[in-house]
Amino acid sequence: MADIGEDVKLLGFWASPFTRRVEMALKLKGVPYEYLEQDIVNKSPLLLQLNPVYKKVPVFIHNGKHIPESHLILEYIDQTWKQNPILPQDPYEKAMALFWAKFVDEQVGPGAFKDVIKAEKGIEVAIEEARELFTFLEKEVTGKDFFGGKTIGFLDLVAGSMIPFCIARSWEGMGIDMIPEEKFPELNRWIKNMKENEIVRECIPPREKQIEHMKKVAERIKSA
Amino acid sequence: MNQGEQVKVLGLWGSPFSKRVEMVLKLKGIPYEYIEEDVYGNKSPMLLKYNPIHKKVPVLVHNGRSIAESLVIVEYIEDTWKTSQTILPQDPYERAMARFWAKYVDEKVMVAIWKACWGPRSEREKETKEAYEGLKYLEKELGDKHFFGGETIGFVDIAADFIGYWLGIVQEASGVTIMTAEEFPNLQRWSKDFIDNNFVKEVLPPKHELAALFKAQFGSVTSD
Repeated sequence: MADIGEDVKLLGFWASPFTRRVEMALKLKGVPYEYLEQDIVNKSPLLLQLNPVYKKVPVFIHNGKHIPESHLILEYIDQTWKQNPILPQDPYEKAMALFWAKFVDEQVGPGAFKDVIKAEKGIEVAIEEARELFTFLEKEVTGKDFFGGKTIGFLDLVAGSMIPFCIARSWEGMGIDMIPEEKFPELNRWIKNMKENEIVRECIPPREKQIEHMKKVAERIKSA
Repeated sequence: MNQGEQVKVLGLWGSPFSKRVEMVLKLKGIPYEYIEEDVYGNKSPMLLKYNPIHKKVPVLVHNGRSIAESLVIVEYIEDTWKTSQTILPQDPYERAMARFWAKYVDEKVMVAIWKACWGPRSEREKETKEAYEGLKYLEKELGDKHFFGGETIGFVDIAADFIGYWLGIVQEASGVTIMTAEEFPNLQRWSKDFIDNNFVKEVLPPKHELAALFKAQFGSVTSD
């Protein structure tokens, strides 16, 4: 175990949900790592060298090998450090976790943040359309403590880092109650469960700082 | 061979995404029932039942349970049927790299090619440049390997099926040339070997029908 614990580094950005989810995974598995905060505006030569294709964080480094893209990193971590598994063993359950994680990052993230900021058809419509996406997730988590079942899994890390601890903070800044408890009781219960987890709490960006950050990001989107 | 029972594929005859799933099933010798979906016309109740979120093909149905998203399906097939013909490497890092390049093909290269050929006029030059650069990365990644997967067809080769077969037809139909033999000798060589593979050949849609389909659905390069 000591061998593969060596030389683990993570290049990340404090407000990036993609970075935060990797940290959650490493902490859940008790893997020590060195965190290297990146300036995502003036990108370091190291970042550009390690991720020339996308030039983005996070980038994970393990014994000299580097991997970009958070979903790929999470899977790599799960396959390399076997304690506290993140992905289900069953092929179908695993496929579902991967499918929903893609849905969260590719549909929910943009739909409930960027599209709401732009509100091309008006804010009411934008919120309604975003809520339709959350309806799918509400159904997925019904009757479970976490998307992963009894314990935090892959989809919890993806959805957790993206929704309550990232885009929700932009809703706060805009005064929008996107997923009210009456309409989304299961999702709200899940969020409570996530907040109660010590490791999750350790890995989320500070609330006030992030609300400010998301406001700035929203401004950039509006003026683009 | 219990696992071989009750496998259905809901697909579209001309879709590279749909064909990925069929290629892998054929490569692994897994029998399946194919159901053609009228995706652009009338979506069947079966499609809406099995993929209510995206309402798209391909969908794999195995023993009554459905999975959507072509690359998620391919991984599911790999995990479920342990045959001698493997698509993904065992090593976690090699696996991550295979997934990375497959994702890159899907998210960057294919999208750019499509927009370069049929996107809004104002964007075509920019998209052509992006598509060209994307293909250059793939050209370098392939190098002088027989296939992206090494000696045999693997995950990235399957993901790049559009480049191996559809791209030539798309270039002819749209009048836009991005990939030439002179600038992309590795990819050129690879595509010949790829489409020559017996299992791949079996599922590829006829060239003249694809060409007619593209011309009909997307018009010529002179129209907006």
